[in-house]
Amino acid sequence: MSSNDKAASDSSDLLRAAELLAQIGEELAFVVPDGDAGLLPINRFVMDLEEWVVPTAAGPWTAGLKVVRLWLDEILDGSGKFSEDHIRLINEWHAYLSSVLDVLLDGGEMPEWPSGWDRSLVPGATTPVAGVPKPAADSISTQPPAPDPSPSAVLEPIGDEPSIRLNLDEDLELLREFHAESLELLQGIEQGVLVLETTPADTETINSIFRAFHTFKGGAGFLHLDAPRHLAHELETLLDLVRRSELRINAGIINLILAGADALRQFTHAIGAQLQGIHPGALIVVPTSDIIRRAKLAARGEAAPPPVPLPPAPALAPVVVQPAPSTPIAASPKPDRTPLEPVPQAAPEAKATLSPAAPAREPVSGDPVAGFVKLDTAKLDSLVDLVGELVVAQSMVVQNQEVRSIESPQFVRLVRQLSRITGDLQRTAMSMRMVPIRGAFQKMTRLVRDLAASQQKQVQLLLEGEETELDRNIVEKLGDPLIHMIRNSLDHGIEDPSDRIAQGKPAQGTIRLSAAHQRGGIVIRITDDGKGLNPDRIRAKALERGLIRADAELDESEIFSLIFLPGFSTAERVTDLSGRGVGMDVVRRNIEGLRGKIEIQSVPGQGTQFTIVLPLTLAIIDGMLVGVGEDRYIIPTLSIRESFRPQPGMVSTIQGCGEVVSVRGRQTPLLRLGRHLDRPFKASKPEDAIIVVVESGDASRGLLVDELLGKQEVVIKSLGHAFQNQSLLAGSAVLGDGSVGLILDVDTLVKAPGHRKISPTASATPGP
Amino acid sequence: MTKSSPNSNPSLAKAGRYLTFSLGAETYGLPVLNVREIIRLCPITPVPRAPEYIKGVINLRGTVIPVLDLRAKFQMPTAVYGERACIIVVQLRNPTGGSTLIGAIVDTVEEVIQLNADHLEPAPDFGGSPETQFILGLGTLNGGVKTLLDPEKVFLTEGLLTLVSSPASTPQNRTQTV
Repeated sequence: MSSNDKAASDSSDLLRAAELLAQIGEELAFVVPDGDAGLLPINRFVMDLEEWVVPTAAGPWTAGLKVVRLWLDEILDGSGKFSEDHIRLINEWHAYLSSVLDVLLDGGEMPEWPSGWDRSLVPGATTPVAGVPKPAADSISTQPPAPDPSPSAVLEPIGDEPSIRLNLDEDLELLREFHAESLELLQGIEQGVLVLETTPADTETINSIFRAFHTFKGGAGFLHLDAPRHLAHELETLLDLVRRSELRINAGIINLILAGADALRQFTHAIGAQLQGIHPGALIVVPTSDIIRRAKLAARGEAAPPPVPLPPAPALAPVVVQPAPSTPIAASPKPDRTPLEPVPQAAPEAKATLSPAAPAREPVSGDPVAGFVKLDTAKLDSLVDLVGELVVAQSMVVQNQEVRSIESPQFVRLVRQLSRITGDLQRTAMSMRMVPIRGAFQKMTRLVRDLAASQQKQVQLLLEGEETELDRNIVEKLGDPLIHMIRNSLDHGIEDPSDRIAQGKPAQGTIRLSAAHQRGGIVIRITDDGKGLNPDRIRAKALERGLIRADAELDESEIFSLIFLPGFSTAERVTDLSGRGVGMDVVRRNIEGLRGKIEIQSVPGQGTQFTIVLPLTLAIIDGMLVGVGEDRYIIPTLSIRESFRPQPGMVSTIQGCGEVVSVRGRQTPLLRLGRHLDRPFKASKPEDAIIVVVESGDASRGLLVDELLGKQEVVIKSLGHAFQNQSLLAGSAVLGDGSVGLILDVDTLVKAPGHRKISPTASATPGP
Repeated sequence: MTKSSPNSNPSLAKAGRYLTFSLGAETYGLPVLNVREIIRLCPITPVPRAPEYIKGVINLRGTVIPVLDLRAKFQMPTAVYGERACIIVVQLRNPTGGSTLIGAIVDTVEEVIQLNADHLEPAPDFGGSPETQFILGLGTLNGGVKTLLDPEKVFLTEGLLTLVSSPASTPQNRTQTV
């Protein structure tokens, strides 16, 4: 067994690569010509793939990555927008690499190198198995705009430095992220340079500096900050050459890197200052052209670049801050019009620290980001777990019979204090993982802006409850589903302005994205005032796709939920750019993966509303403890619709093989939990028991249990390797008395056989 | 007697230290390297539809681990656990990396013994009736015979515990996430 550890790790690498490819595929579905949607995610995924060393995969795999890197860099260095050609190429590439991966996973014939791609990268042309195809290095190194015949032909003449202006109105949150990330990157670069000064050949460090510039470039490109992007690009090119051992690192290059990093830092600080409300909207000018010129010279290996051609070293060049022009180019931000604008409370102090020519290398004190610590999330998770344990252990001590019999007021006071501290500790630990949903929401602003422009629609996005906090793991995984749904609303919900006016609606459509706390969870709503879903068309389409039978009787909400079925819309995915309902099944899967659920409401002509209900955190759930015989089980509260004690006559048998319970006029299939689990139970007739109605997806079921024992928050524990192959239990939790409670997997229970399914969507459930 | 071709069986027990315990009148041994700890019998949460020899799961200081009944596993008659019954927590390396903890209920834990090569002999062939697949070999010390168990085989033979899919009344296949 242990001998194929190696092979096992290879295959898990491959699976990870497959996952990344699938994510790229998802992003590709959103790419539109002359748009930048998806560019950064794709770039990031490709970077992840590049970091992946798949030893058995060398030839076609590596070559495939090289080729896409060329194109991505072309886009990033150029307009920052996809052209039709690039989209075609990248889609072609995705198909190619996917089939390479299939071959790696399952064996077989490697696919042909597509015609029209750079032949010099053909895998195996030079080195059949091992390593990087050599020609790649050449074709990449000639790719940057190095072949300038005369050194004086630099892009920007010295003295006329390019400037950038921030779009604080629309990119506020992105700028904030960029600012924080850039400070970190620059710090990393400086530390790396210190290492290089002693050990110039340290490839690890060179790589990390290269990646830092690359990331900086990507971020700046995304925000259309051309001057810093350009500089970062040149430095990246330079380091790339060093990385490929085509250039030897020397003092001149190290100085260049430092000078470049300083200039980028000045940009970053200027952005930070504007984020704090100091001269918002002002032009930011930092001299970069000299560094760029020297970097180009150095990249060509032309002697040692002249160390300092201008008297003031760029490191000391002041940040030129020009006041905003009185005639605003775009909408110039007025604080009163942008509710998101931070209150410039610390403005005077910050102004003081910004005072000209603060030595750029020294981190500006009073920097708003300095109060944060970056932390490994695994450590945070383990802290939260341990605190959960502590709370359980504490309650076990407090509830212990012997402890309770101690009759000392002082002891009681101490115990109470202990309880209070553990409670505070738990809240603090939980809050450390909580982040406002704002980040995920604000990214949608940009998506809506770009999409609306490309479709000639007028759409405003209203955000509500952005300060609502939830587990960062959830916020991270919420991005994709939100993009899918917002896109869906914009593509299919909101009509063209002329159609809207014809219907007596304002020309401008509205998409409302809101978040709020509710029932111990969080509710996110995406509402549009578009044309709404058309039940007849959905039904016809589901029929055509073979998802329902012609005679199926479906009510409206059941029809709407058909769009979540896999296979409902995939066929149009390729032809229809907007991709009607692209992967709504993926959306639902993602949401359910977060233990949440999603519902649709729609009124024809008036709009559609998606409602997502999510738990606040993934580590802890609100559970209903139910008793069956002597056993106790936990049912996630989020899945419970209601629970009640049935009256005689509410439960009826159908064809002797199944029971249904009548809940508000609807017949819900009933599952006797004890019998289903093959465990002893007490109640012999339903009237002695309690029915807990649970739901998952669009199906619901009544569970017959002996008693309800109470609601409690539990820390979810994995059942581990041993129980990996079952789907009956979702996990376990340590209960107040120290024993283990099993968490039922509602999804499985709802789908469990034993009764004929009443829901007509049963036929739509894919077979195993 | 002791010299019955010790190298013929590749899975022959290695010389070393073993923790011995009893099930009824029989004595067994497990390599000490696989024993993480021994705890007193504690409340066990039964897992529905698990194989009969899985008693359930327990909370081992915050980690939830499965517990096996070795009597049931070896198809011995069940007995009421006595005062001295314990759970031996066994640590196993996963084929996929990491390690798994599994508890095993035994009647009594006896002692740790050192077995040298000349104490050991391969598992006898009973012609199939008592299964010898779990057995590393036999150890004889001071006249007593100890059956030495192969922890991997005892605890990981099925690899993963698959819960019985459905009550007999419904042979229909369940929609399972595979």
